[in-house]
Amino acid sequence: MIELKDVELTYETGTKALKGVTLTIEDGEFVFLVGPSGSGKTSIIKLMTSELTPTAGTMFVNGFHLESIRARDIPYMRRTIGVIFRDFRLIADKTVYENVSFAMRVIGASDAEIKKRVPYVLELVGLENKGRRLPNELSGGEQQRVAIARALVNNPSMIIADEPTGNLDPQRSLEIMMLLEQINSLGTTVMVVTHAMELVNRFTKRVIAIDDGLIVSDGMDGYYTNE
Amino acid sequence: MNKNNIGYLLKEGVRGVFLHGFRSFAAVCVTVACLIIMGSFCLISLNLNVMVSELESENEVLAYIDENYSEAEAKSVGSQINMIANVKNAVFVSREKALEQFVSEQDDASIFEGIDAETLRDRFEVTLVDNTIMKQTVSDIEQINGVVKTSAHYEISDGFQTVRNVLNLTSAVIILVLLVVSLFIISNTVKLALYDRKEEIAIMRMVGATNSFIRLPFIVEGFLLGIIGSVIAFFIEWGVYDLLAERIEAMDTLQLFRIIPFTTVLPFVLVAYLITGFLVGVMGSMLSIRKFLQV
Repeated sequence: MIELKDVELTYETGTKALKGVTLTIEDGEFVFLVGPSGSGKTSIIKLMTSELTPTAGTMFVNGFHLESIRARDIPYMRRTIGVIFRDFRLIADKTVYENVSFAMRVIGASDAEIKKRVPYVLELVGLENKGRRLPNELSGGEQQRVAIARALVNNPSMIIADEPTGNLDPQRSLEIMMLLEQINSLGTTVMVVTHAMELVNRFTKRVIAIDDGLIVSDGMDGYYTNE
Repeated sequence: MNKNNIGYLLKEGVRGVFLHGFRSFAAVCVTVACLIIMGSFCLISLNLNVMVSELESENEVLAYIDENYSEAEAKSVGSQINMIANVKNAVFVSREKALEQFVSEQDDASIFEGIDAETLRDRFEVTLVDNTIMKQTVSDIEQINGVVKTSAHYEISDGFQTVRNVLNLTSAVIILVLLVVSLFIISNTVKLALYDRKEEIAIMRMVGATNSFIRLPFIVEGFLLGIIGSVIAFFIEWGVYDLLAERIEAMDTLQLFRIIPFTTVLPFVLVAYLITGFLVGVMGSMLSIRKFLQV
């Protein structure tokens, strides 16, 4: 569960990125976070992953109070979230299998656990036959699937996807969104940050719109006006 | 640190050394060069210190005995001199022996023929444990009944002390500077590796890697670079030292120098190299990693 209450974020430069954001995302929800560039979407993600600390307000993410979290607890908080980026962020000299298993290594999983879990997740994202390939041997859509597999492999309670379709054509984008919807149907909370208006409107999901550091709308109608 | 990770992280550290082959080679070369220079200064300093100590031990204090004492009485004073803590040894030299020595040191011994030994005094040639407290020891000797006069070369003693101090100080400064240089080089090598793997580290952090998980492979890498460098440096030092020692001993003009055999100092040099390599490698890595681990 995610709970932000009157969250403010001011950068060292004095720029006010968030001016009092309050929102709640329940477990198992699928949420779109939309808004123009510079509206504060990335700031919210950075706060949720504890890359930044709120200047004011309270944040509760999967059992952790982020406004007061201790540095040594941050890795454990991050293990409850899987993050997907627009540019995939895969390790170029590791195979697909290694890129995914790497995330399990990090949390201290045993070889037996890795051997059992990684093939299952690769199958879930439709890459069961591509485990030995290197990222540059895959299409953009497939690379994003690897990133999704990596985000999923540790069974996080939430997936945050930051512009996951930004580098993909419409067909691949739709496939990725459908994959995320499928993951959500298995019980994982999914938050997708995107600019893709058509894609948002294609799914009947909760849409939170943010502009100039404030939430300007939050509802199920899916309507979103691009800048 | 989870036990499942230890083997994997050690392997990653070793992989890092070979993955960045040229950079690792450069770091090892610089470490070897610094360690050899450091080691050479230590060994030169050690040899010179031993030489100075030997020369110093020849700087004796002469304690003259009352001329009214019989030889037996004069000899008995020796036990009192030997009781002084800083006295290493007191050798009795009778007046006859002293005259004989004196005459033999002259170019034209015939001039001194006929001189009566009675004109001289019995004496003790006293060598000291620590020449830096020569004045105090001489004063103690002068307090002994039967000792009427002493003769000591303080300026020689002070000169040796100065030479020793300069040597030690120079060596210490050079060693310190080279230690910092080695630390800097290893630190920069690891820093480059960190920059190379910046993206990987960012991903590791994003998926919940702890700082120790991120840190260990780089520490292993630094450790290996340091240890490899120190082992290579040790063997080169050994070879070069033996070669130079052989050459110096073979040269007539350098007979004054008596070189300590490397085998005598081998365990000390090996341990010193390994410890220095270890510290330089591990500390160099840790210095670089610190800034990357700010969460």
